[in-house]
Formats: sequence, structure tokens, C-alpha cells
Amino acid sequence: MTNEEKTVRFESPDEVARRLDEVDYLSDDSIAATVFLADRLSKPILVEGPAGTGKTQLAKSVAELTGARLIRLQCYEGLDESKALYEWNYRKQLLRIQAGQAAGDAKGWDEVEEDIFDEDFLLTRPLLEAIRAEDPVVLLIDEVDRVELETEALMLEILSEYQVSIPELGTVKAKQIPLVFLTSNNTRELSEALKRRCLFLHVGYPEVDRERLIVERRVPGISGELADQVARIVRSIRSMELRKAPSVSETIDWARTLVVLGKETIDEQDAAATLHILLKYQSDIERARAQLLGTKPGT
Amino acid sequence: MLGVLNDFIGELRRAGIPVSMTEHVDAAEAIGEIDLLDRRTFKSALRATLIKSEDHTGAFETAFEVYFADRRGSGDELDGDDTEPGDDDDEAEGEGRAASLRGSGRAGGAGGQGGSMSAEQLANMLEAAMRDNDAALRGTVAKEAVSRFAGMEPGRPVGGTYYLYRTLRNLDLEGVVERLMEERAAQSGSKPGSLDERLWRDELGVRMEGMKRAVEAEIRRRLVEDRGAEALARSVRKPLPEDIDVMHATRDELNALERALHPLSRKLAVRLTRKRRHGRKGPLDFRQTVRRSLSTGGVPIDPRYRHPRPAKPEIVVIADVSGSVASFARFTLHLVYAIASQFSKVRAFVFIDGIDEVTRLFETADDPADAVHRINTEANVVWVDGHSDYGHAFSEFHGRFAEEINSRTSVLILGDARNNYHASESWVIADLQARARHVYWLNPEPSSYWGSGDSIVGEYAVHCDRVVEVRTLRQLEQFVGELA
Repeated sequence: MTNEEKTVRFESPDEVARRLDEVDYLSDDSIAATVFLADRLSKPILVEGPAGTGKTQLAKSVAELTGARLIRLQCYEGLDESKALYEWNYRKQLLRIQAGQAAGDAKGWDEVEEDIFDEDFLLTRPLLEAIRAEDPVVLLIDEVDRVELETEALMLEILSEYQVSIPELGTVKAKQIPLVFLTSNNTRELSEALKRRCLFLHVGYPEVDRERLIVERRVPGISGELADQVARIVRSIRSMELRKAPSVSETIDWARTLVVLGKETIDEQDAAATLHILLKYQSDIERARAQLLGTKPGT
Repeated sequence: MLGVLNDFIGELRRAGIPVSMTEHVDAAEAIGEIDLLDRRTFKSALRATLIKSEDHTGAFETAFEVYFADRRGSGDELDGDDTEPGDDDDEAEGEGRAASLRGSGRAGGAGGQGGSMSAEQLANMLEAAMRDNDAALRGTVAKEAVSRFAGMEPGRPVGGTYYLYRTLRNLDLEGVVERLMEERAAQSGSKPGSLDERLWRDELGVRMEGMKRAVEAEIRRRLVEDRGAEALARSVRKPLPEDIDVMHATRDELNALERALHPLSRKLAVRLTRKRRHGRKGPLDFRQTVRRSLSTGGVPIDPRYRHPRPAKPEIVVIADVSGSVASFARFTLHLVYAIASQFSKVRAFVFIDGIDEVTRLFETADDPADAVHRINTEANVVWVDGHSDYGHAFSEFHGRFAEEINSRTSVLILGDARNNYHASESWVIADLQARARHVYWLNPEPSSYWGSGDSIVGEYAVHCDRVVEVRTLRQLEQFVGELA
């Protein structure tokens, strides 16, 4: 597919897991295996899952552990190629023409055109920057489900061939294959073409043991017992029918609050008093309080 | 290996998962890069390359367990990703514990009929496995329980649901959970209804699921040994949530539908909002264009267009909620209300042989799901005997609410039009069609059944703009998407 020198970043999925662990990201089997394969097969990873489960953090952590620069493209509705790929710096081009006129050099149009459509006049945007980078980079395309279906097509060439075609310049090929992460909150169906080019990784809410470890790792000074209780209460809350289940980041916030309050263990009153950190809808809070404490809603 | 992979992908496609050629190649490449003896990595590799949507995970798991069943016969690795690496030690330890438990119980009981230990010993082991969440012991219990209770007969073309049911009934997991709950309450002295009790119950619930999965995996392993992967795959294949026939769904399937509905409605709402915003371009706005042209010396370089604001339709849903089609009506109401912002007004009526308006339930509830559940208890829909009577319900509707149907209203009628041989009163529908913008009939029965038996959908159909067969969520989503 590509003739670049291929560097292998990881020896085995276990190594991925271990090194992610070193930068305080607790992975599981599928995360480790998918990152490993993304490196070996030179494919982007499409990370999908509920908000606040560490999708973006995964890209950041991988960048950190490979010592690569993270290039981030935040997607939004209305994103276009001049923001995502590249743009000609037309002001500078105009200046160049005017300067040429002022200096009185009588260049032909062909020459001028060649001059002004040069890399000097190119404004690189995140996607092109990731391709042209000399140093190792990790490209993060965040919340790709927010762009329109048509805009997705802009990314296809990069994702499969790691190159960008610029009509005036020709094709820019990647100097080294970057690791690419795309995240999606699944607010709309992504196109088949995009999905086909990616490895798929679903990051859901963690198992109770893993969540406990995450809390212990991310919240300094927390006691083992409190972390265990926090993880188990959160699991119970997630099993209820709620409008918005608490995410991992909210679990961590909650654990931090409890530590700041100086709690070693947690009882019903503490839990009820701080539920609003975990849950963001009043109806959810009331329901969770009622079910955890066995009280009637509204009391 | 590539042959098995080929069969496996064939099975995924038959289960309705679109696996493209590229993805097949990727999977083949991926398994060249990994250690094939590491079963969990192998599974992750296949999942990452072949499955591109979380909805398909269930079908993938089933097919994977069938095609790559763990032939070592330990069964303890089958039950998900929670087993630790190096479980060979655990297993040996588990066997050791099993042996000691068996020894301690031997005085009490004679050998059981199918297995090598008594019922009492098995129960003790089960309790121990549940209490300590011991994965290895769980595998042993599953093996023992299956050979003892399932009564498996070789060669039968079944998917194992019945074996599972038989085994679980005999194991009485709920009873074990209750016993362990009491034991815990006695130890810690916690009050009923306390936080601690609740957490312990949830924990036991999770372990019980683990136990069930272990038994299921054991049964499946034996079935694969008996009949081979391909034959078994055919028996255990389940439709994807969006392809489940709503009218004939089992309880588990209904739960799956419920879960699928939420993301579905959210996606639909996003799509419709975008369509509304970007869909159409209006006629030239002359005044604005001239204003803008002043900055370019009167040359209209940048023409402006009027943005049309298409009126949002009003929706009236009239749903049959009698037994046979109740779940279909619930899903449709749920979906329509989940995207209510796409309509200027939504009103909902439900009927069996009497009719009642339930709009207020949806307006006061936070979540359409709550309102849908309240319909069952709060709507007053029975007139005489609680058997569907479309004719009476329609004429009552006409008498009470027909005035409020106007040319902006789209009327959706949900039901199978099985009228128990009552009068059809189809003039109501004719009148509604004259008043309303559109009248649509959504029928959850396959179109080949229409008009058979007491189905009189044909009599109503002549007065409807469209009669649509809506048996699955996919069809429902498509119809509602066209509506807005």
C-alpha cells in the first residue's frame, strides 16, 4: 500500500496495555488489541461510545506514550475543507503579485502562477498538517458524527491512503503513517465508506473492577474501600432507567468530591447529598435517591 | 484458519450484519498479526475489523461462541472478558476446591443420577461460587449442572433454549440469591432497604448473570460438539434488534427493542433537524439582494434567497392498544413523541373498544417511556368487553374530536384492523380523510395476512392515503422519517 519505512510501535497487545497503564490509562482487552492492530495494519480507529468514557483521552494517552505530537481536529456542523484540510493564503498571494508589480519585474503569468501556488502560500489545517509532519504524530478527529455526511468524504482519502490531493500542487503523501483516532457519540449513522476504512472500537462503561481501578488511579488519596463503594454505587445507578447514566468522568468527579469532604466510607446520607454530581437531571436524581435509599420519590 | 474465518463471515452475513470484502481482507490480515492462541485478543481482532456498529455486537458474540467454541472443555473462559489471564492456576485451584467440597458433602448424599456428585454438593458449590465470585468454580458448576439437569439428546436440531431453561430451573438461582441476601443481612445486620443491601443485591444479580452465561456456554459447547458449528448457528441465529418482528417478539426481544429505540429516535431527530435546516432553498429575495449589492457598487454579486419555513405538520395518532398489537402501539407512540419537536403538535388517542385521549400523559411525563407505561393503567379504553371494536372506537372519536382535525393534520392509525366481526364504520375514515391533510394506516401484520379472517383493513384502506406494513423498527423509522 505504501512504500514508507514502516515502524512498529508495539510488539504485542499486552505491551499496549502495559504502556497505557504507565500513562494512567487503564485499558481492557479490546482497547489494547485494537490499538495494536491499528498500528500493525495502518488503519484508523473509530472509537464510539457514550460521552465521558475516555474516548478522547485514549488518543491523548496513546500520543503521550508514543512520544508523538497530538494534532486535533474538532468537528462541528459546517466544517469544510478550508478548515479541515488546507487553504490558500490569498492575502499573501495578493501581496506577492503587488510586490512583483511594484518591483517592476515583468514576469509572465505562468511564472507568477507557479510562484503563488507554492507551499509558501499554503495554510495547512489539521488533516494536512498530520500528513506533512516530519515528527511522529497522532491525529485525533473528534466527534466526527457532527459533520455533515458530505464533509465525511473529505477525510476518506486521508484515512485510507494517508495522502491529500491538492489540485495546484499534486498529491502530498504522508512521510510517516500517523495513528489516527476518530471519535463519535453516535448521534447519527456514519457512512459505510468511512466505517469500512476504520477499525471499530466501542468503549462502554467499564466493569466494576476496572472502574474501581480507574477511580483509584485518577483520584489521589482515596481509600480502597471508598473507591470500591463508589464503583459499586455507580454500577447500581447505571442499571436504573435514567435519562443520562453517569459517565466515568462524572464518577471521578464524585469520588474527588467525597475525598475533599474527607470521607473514608460512604453512607446513605452522603450518597444522597452528593448525587447531583453524578446525575444532571432532577428527575434522575430523585429516582436514584428513591431506589438507593428505598424512600418514595419526591420526599 | 482462513476457511473457518470464511464460514464465520458467512454466518455474520446471514445474521444480517453487512460485512464487506475489504473488512474480510482486514480480518484475515489482522489474525496474521496476532497470537492465535490468545482467545480474547483473537476475538477483539475479529470484532474490531468486522463489526462496525454496537448494535451488531450481540449477533457477533453468538456467532463467535459457536464458530470458535472453546474446545478445551473448561468452559470458564467462555463467560466474557472478566476472566484473568493465567486462569490455568485458578482452574486447578477451582478443581481443588470442588474436590474438597465434594469430599465434605459425600457423607450426606449418594451419587446423583447424571453427574458424579449429589444434588446437595452441587447446591453447596453453586452457593460458594456465587458467594466468592469464583470463575473456575463457576465453570465446574456449569458443567456438572448441565450434565445433570439439561437432559441433552444428541442429534436434536435445537438451539439449546430448552436445555438452558431446564438447567436453570433446577439450579434455582433466584433462591440462591435470596439465601445469600439473608446470610449477608444476618452477618452485617443491615436493614432492609438500605444502601448496602441494594448494592449487594446488584452484585449478586451480576454474578447470577455470569452463572447463566456459563451454563449457556457449556450447553452451546456440547451442542457444537454434537452437531457442528454451522448447523448450530442456524438454530441460534437471532434477528438484529431493528429487524425483530414487533408483534411476535419475546420478552427479551422487547427489551432489546426498547434499548434500540432510544438511540434510534435521537438519530432520527438529528437527521430531521438537519434536513429541515438545509433541505430547501427558497426563491430570490430581491430586496436583500439589492441591499447587498450596494457594497459592490450596485452589481448583485451575492444573490440572497428567502429561507422558506415549511410548516411543521400536526400529528394525531390513533392507536389500537389491545393485547395483540399493544407493544407495536407503544413503540410507535414512543418514537413519535421522542421526535415531537419535529411536529407543531402531537395528540395521541388509544382505543380497544372505547377511545381515550392520552396526550396529557405525554405532556406531563419527562420521558416518553414513562408515559407509555402509564397508558396501560390510566387510559380508559374499555367500553363493553375489552375486545377490539374499531367501528365503535372510530365513531366515538368522530363524535368527540372530529372538529379538531383540519387541513394541517396528518392522522396516523395504528392497528391490525382485526375487528372481531363488528361493524367497520369506515365512513369515519372517509370523513377524516376529507378533513385532514393525510390519513395513514400502519399495520403491524405482514401484508399477506391483510384481509384474512376478521381483518378488515381493506375496507378502511380505500379511504387512506397509504396503508403501510410496519413490522420492524427499521420500517417504522423509515415511515416516521418520511412523515416529518
